[in-house]
Order: sequence, then structure tokens, then C-alpha cells
Amino acid sequence: MKTDLTDTTASKVNKALVQGRRAIGTPAVGMVLTLVIVTDEENAYDALKAASDAAHEHPSRTLVVIKRVSRSPRDRTQSRLDAEVRVGADAGTGETVVLRLYGEVADHAQSVVLPLLLPDAPVVVWWPVNAPLDPANDPLGALAQRRVTDTYASEQPVRDLATRSGTYTPGDTDLSWTRITPWRSMLAAALDQVACEVRAVEVEGEEFNPSCELLAMWLADRLDVPVKRSLSSGPGLTAVRMDTNCGPIKLDRADGSLATLSIEGQPDRAVALKRRETAELMAEELRRLDPDDTYASALRYGVDRLKSASSVPSVPSVPSVPKSEGRAGLALPAPAEAAAKAPAAEATAQAPVRREPPKLEPVRKATK
Amino acid sequence: MSSSNPLRDPADRRLPRIAGPSGLVIFGVTGDLSRKKLMPAVYDLANRGLLPPGFSLVGFARREWAHEDFAQEVHDAVKEHARTPFREEVWQQLIQGMRFVQGTFDDDDAFERLRSTIEELDKAQGTGGNFAFYLSVPPKSFPVVIQQLKKHQLADQTGGSWRRAVIEKPFGHDLKSAEELNKVVHEVFAPDQVFRIDHYLGKETVQNILALRFANTMFEPIWNRSLVDHVQITMAEDIGIGGRAGYYDGIGAARDVIQNHLLQLLALTAMEEPSSFDADALAAEKTKVLGAVKLPKDLGRDTVRAQYTAGWQGGTKVRGYLEEDGINASSKTDTYAAIKLEIDNRRWAGVPFYLRTGKRLGRRVTEIAVVFQRAPHSPFDSTATEELGSNAIVIRVQPDEGVTVRFGSKVPGTSMEIRDVSMDFAYGESFTESSPEAYERLILDVLLGDSNLFPRTEEVELSWKILDPIEEYWDKNGKPAQYPAGTWGPVEADEMLERHGRSWRRP
Repeated sequence: MKTDLTDTTASKVNKALVQGRRAIGTPAVGMVLTLVIVTDEENAYDALKAASDAAHEHPSRTLVVIKRVSRSPRDRTQSRLDAEVRVGADAGTGETVVLRLYGEVADHAQSVVLPLLLPDAPVVVWWPVNAPLDPANDPLGALAQRRVTDTYASEQPVRDLATRSGTYTPGDTDLSWTRITPWRSMLAAALDQVACEVRAVEVEGEEFNPSCELLAMWLADRLDVPVKRSLSSGPGLTAVRMDTNCGPIKLDRADGSLATLSIEGQPDRAVALKRRETAELMAEELRRLDPDDTYASALRYGVDRLKSASSVPSVPSVPSVPKSEGRAGLALPAPAEAAAKAPAAEATAQAPVRREPPKLEPVRKATK
Repeated sequence: MSSSNPLRDPADRRLPRIAGPSGLVIFGVTGDLSRKKLMPAVYDLANRGLLPPGFSLVGFARREWAHEDFAQEVHDAVKEHARTPFREEVWQQLIQGMRFVQGTFDDDDAFERLRSTIEELDKAQGTGGNFAFYLSVPPKSFPVVIQQLKKHQLADQTGGSWRRAVIEKPFGHDLKSAEELNKVVHEVFAPDQVFRIDHYLGKETVQNILALRFANTMFEPIWNRSLVDHVQITMAEDIGIGGRAGYYDGIGAARDVIQNHLLQLLALTAMEEPSSFDADALAAEKTKVLGAVKLPKDLGRDTVRAQYTAGWQGGTKVRGYLEEDGINASSKTDTYAAIKLEIDNRRWAGVPFYLRTGKRLGRRVTEIAVVFQRAPHSPFDSTATEELGSNAIVIRVQPDEGVTVRFGSKVPGTSMEIRDVSMDFAYGESFTESSPEAYERLILDVLLGDSNLFPRTEEVELSWKILDPIEEYWDKNGKPAQYPAGTWGPVEADEMLERHGRSWRRP
């Protein structure tokens, strides 16, 4: 059942939800959370589709907040809220409200969302695109126990990672982190099979894919060894090489689906490492709503320390020296780099990076 | 698994438990269970990324198959029955470790071939000598297979590797045979390497009984004789015995279902809080409560067995039990059994537990209903509460898994009329989509060596101690009652509860 409300308010939306439920005869449903999707018109369809697929596992009330662009000064002064309420078969499991915000109210989305949250149930905010750099202090983010960003969709993923490590608040998480769970799980399984000490690691993947950085930071954080990030043409992550005292361990995925695990002294084995759909990522993300300390710890390791590791010679092979140096040089102006290398200054060291964003883009393109 | 792995961190809860290097050998791989449950479960586990790289699956059966034929068979079974979507890359990972060994259970050559296959897999797939043997075979073949495993040193654990045996019910047909069976198995496999599959315990809802009772505060205080009137545990099937005449006749519903599934459900419902959630602590509590079970004094009055007669089941005309193919027309085997048990401890003294199971009943359902006493005093007059039944908490095990709470509520618009309403928590609305099949969980637990969800020897033997006197009594006295197929059992069962002013729930 679908109800369209034009120029409406949150309390009218609430009324429409109750009426909708009565009309289809299911007054109580076992919804376990409220999912708020903050997006623009362009990305709303895909995000909502992924969310309703994920809702099969986690029945939820989904609020899609679409901030409409005002194109004239007069538009900007007028403020309007349109809502589309879907209950029952139209909403899959749970309920969906698509909220379109015009004009001034777009800056006060939290006032619309707050009355529509399910009582008691946890709130998750997801920004498929244009996530704030400090999610916990965003007015909508502040309503949520869990804030899901996606640096993969960001213009400057590496910069965003650096900033988010400074603003990290328990409950923050990123889909780029979710994407690497199968890799992490397989690497942990590989180390289960041998009693070796890892001496150095190399993570290889496409450029502008923050999952590679996150995986590298996680490995560096857990193993306490130098980790090198190198580039390939993808898709996504392509390989992780660990140099251990009993020979190399390599997990190689050239085609984005089937990987090969090679361990010195053991036969090569094929392992399925399929790149996953957004719906699956969201389903994993919603499975646990407690703070992800492992993510925090990996993020705080500091994306800059990866680059300083690239000069460590213990891992042979790719990539060419100028490329990696170029990356190290471009990301940070000299003083900031020195500050970032001091481990104690991880969190605060990011500040200069944030102030320098315009410098990054042109240089990076040149190194491609 | 090394605990020193720096990539493992208990706080990192996204990382799933992946089994260590290992393989699974299925005996009786051409059977129904293997095709419909085991192979799909193995695939689903692989698809969820829970199997180790190099996981190997070995089939053992009489059929003349090459490895490719076996792989094709698994492929078909997976396509048809797997829960998760078919993915080529997962299949490619699995197929590398698939082998088939042709032979009969008494064929020494075949077991030698099995041994060399396992050794070959250790080299090619890195399974590290860790193998679980899943005995999906008829009970009479058990001792043969176990002995063969011993004879060909397949059960020997060398150099830190493990060998485990997985066995399916029936675990004997009475206490004596169960003890014999345990002796045979334990002679070859150490008790902690023997995993008895009771697939009910792998179900999410059954595990949820423990969560419901021990993670919450609102249920445990009322979970005792001061408020509970009685408990009904039901497992009903709508199917008949189908092609299982040979196995079923002489065994019957009580041995087939009550001895294992229902008594396990009873144990989980009635047990005290375990000191921790590990296998030993759980087994200790379950054993304690099973040991406290008391049989009714008059077995004639408080137990009922019956056979279905011809009738209409859900719109289909079906035959009676005695007319089924391969059933002796004078068979006394029960297709329905209902028994009343009591538990002699402080928590449950005087609270009857009614267990019932049957074939060709109204519909397929398994549930545990905890029925509460009526309010000791009601400020409303009797007409107001005429339609009010007893409060109840119902744990729906299958299908439509969930929990229902039933209580009275005022009917709107009337001056004061109170009627039963129910409040539902349904897994079905949400988690089923990806809640794993029982066999997935159980196979993974076997590979991980986690025996939480597997009944132990003592539990099996205690269960037989409860059932044996009843079976003996039935054997010597009278004959089964009758109920038309498609109904909720014989009138005798209704009378059994009516005598105490109670009635069966219609599940």
C-alpha cells in the first residue's frame, strides 16, 4: 500500500503509517531497527533497493531522506516536505517512507526524522554518497547508534579515511571496511594453518579504492610489521602478499571472484572471494550494532604510515619506485608528513591534510 | 588452530569462525539425507565463506561412479536444494577437493582406497589429516563401518590431527542396544570425537530457547511451578511413513521422536541455568534435568499410543497405517504417542510436561507451549472473562519459527469483555532469509570440534531410561488406539488431559 503526501509534516506521515498498517491488517510487525538513508535523488533508487534487500534479514522502518536542490532564490526561501509512505507488499518487509525535502527544511532534516523513529529500536544512518566527514556530529548522524559511510563513493577516499580517523566516534563504520571482511577472514584462516611470523606485507589493488588502504592498515595494526600499498588495475583488491619466516603466503584474486591461496610448502588452493553487492554489505553491517573496535583501531593506525612503509625493501616485486614515491609526496606537504609519522600523533596529525584538499587532485592524476 | 594468530581478535566480531584445514567423508552418500541436506549444507557453508581453503568432500558408496559423476551428483543436489544462490566460483573452490570411493562396507580394498584418497588429499589439498566421518547409513551397518575404520587405521589421530565420527539417530532402540552401540563407537573413537546429530538442536529457534530464558530477565522469574500450570511439547507431521516401512515398523513414533527430539526440547525448556555456554556445562544441566524426570504411576492412564486410519489429510485421501505397503496388518507399532512426565525438582514439582508426536496429523508443526495458571482472583465478573483462556508462551520451533505470547485483552467497544490475543515475534519475517539450516550449523560445529549442540552418551542413555518402561508397558498391555488421518490424534489423548481439566493446544 502506497500513500503520497504533499506539503506534509512528520505527524501526518506517522498517521499514514498507522493507517497503512491497519488497512493491510498487520498492526504489529517485528521491526528491529530504523534505517535512515540520506542521499540525493540520483542515488536514492539504488540505495533503497539495496536497503530493502537487506531488510529481508533485518526488518526495519526505512526512511529515505532526499534533499532536493533548490534552483532559484525563491525556491530556497520556500520550504516543503513531500512524503511517500509504503507499507506491506510495496515495502518488502517492514515500512518505507521516502521523504523529499525542499528549501530550508533540507537543513533541518533531523526535525522530520526524529518523530518517525521506531520507539526503542536502534537507529542506523547510512550515507551512500556525500557522507559528512564527521558523521557523529552531523545532525542526522547524532540521532543514530550506528553511522554507515562509504568512502568508496568518495571523491578523495584516502583523504576521507585520514579525516575520519580523527573524527572517529564509536558507532562509525564504513562500507569499504565491510567489503574486506571475506579477505580478512581468509587471511586469518591462512595464518591459522601455519605457525610463522609475518615480517612484511604488501597489499595490492586499484587506485582510489579505500578498501585496500583499510586492509593494509588492519594488517599493519594487527601484525605490527611494515605494510606496503601498491597499485594494480583492479578490479578492487587484487592481492595480498605476506612475507613470513617460513616463506611467502599469497592470496591472489585477479578476476574479482575466484582467488588462489598459496602457502609455501602447501598446495595452491582456490578460494571463492566474490565482490559483494551493496545489499549484502548492508545486511552484514546491520547484523551487529555495537561499536566496531577493530575498525577503529585499523583506521587510527593512520593511512599515512602506510606510505612511509613503502620504502621498506623486504617485499620485492611491484610497484615501480617513482610511483610510490609520487604518492607519498603528493598526499602530504612536508611538515604534515613528519607529524603524521610520529605514532602518538595519529589522530591529530590529520588536521593539515584536511586543510589541503585542493592540492591533492591534480597531482594524483599526474601519477596515474 | 593456533591461538597465537595475530589476525584473530575476540573483539573482531565480523570475522566468522572458519573451520581449520579438514575434510568430510560421507558414507551412504547416495542416500536422501546426503542429497537433500548434507551436500547442500556443505555448499552453503562454502558460499558463506566458512569452510577452510582446500576443504575436501569424499563420498563413499556402492555405486559405480567416477569422481566426475560424484561431482555432478553433488552439483545437481546443490542446485536443487541449497539455500543460498549458486555461484560458479564457490563451486570451483569445492570441486577441487571432491573425491569418490566406490565400495561396500565389508570391502577391505575399498577402505584401503579411502585411506589412500585421504592421504592424497592431505598432499593435494592440505587437509592436514583432519577428517570427519559422517555415517549416513542404516543402523545395522554402523558396527561394520566403525570396525572397518579401525581396521584400516582411518580413526587414528596422528601428529595433532583429528578424526571424528558423526552419527545420526536412531541411537539404538532401547537402553541395552544404545549401550552396545556406544561401546562399539567408543572403542574406536574417543567420546569427545563422537558427534551425535539431533538436527533439532541445530535449529536457530532451539538455540533461541536458551537465549530467551537466560539472556532476558522477564521470563525466568515466571518459569517455575508457582506460575506455570503445565507444558506441552508437540512435534506433528502431516506425512505418513512413506517408503520407510522397513525402518519404522517395530520402532514407532515414541522411539523415533520422543526419545531424542522431544526429550532434548524438554531438557532445554526445563533445565537450570548452565554456569557457562560451553559444552560441558550445558551437558551437565541437561543430564541433571533428564535424571530428574519421573514417569507417571499409572502408565495406562497417562500415556497414549495410536495408529492412523484411512482418512483425508489436507484434501488428499490417504491410507491407514495398517494398509501401508510393507506393514504387517497386525502391527502394534505406534504412529502417535503422547506421554505425561513430571520433573522431580524444586522448580517443577507437580507441573506435568505433556509430550506428543505423530504422523498424519493436522499439519507439520513443532512447538513448545508453556501454559500458565489462571489468575488466582479476577476483579471482572465471569461473563467478562468467559472467552479468556490461560496465558501462554509458545516457542514455535518449525515452521514459521518464532515466539508467541498469548494473553487477555479488552475487546474494544464492549463495556468489559476480555478475549485472548497473541503477540508475535516471528523469525519468519526477518531472519529466515539467511538463517542457516540446522545441518550447516552442525557440520561446521563438527569441523570446529564444538560439541555444544550434540547430545552426549549420558543424555542418550538417560532418555532411553525414561522411555523403556513405557515401551515395555505398551508391549504387554492392550493395543494402539486409532485416529483418522488428518486429525489431531485419538480421543484417548484428549481424555488424558481432560481428566486434569486441561486440553491440548491446537498448534
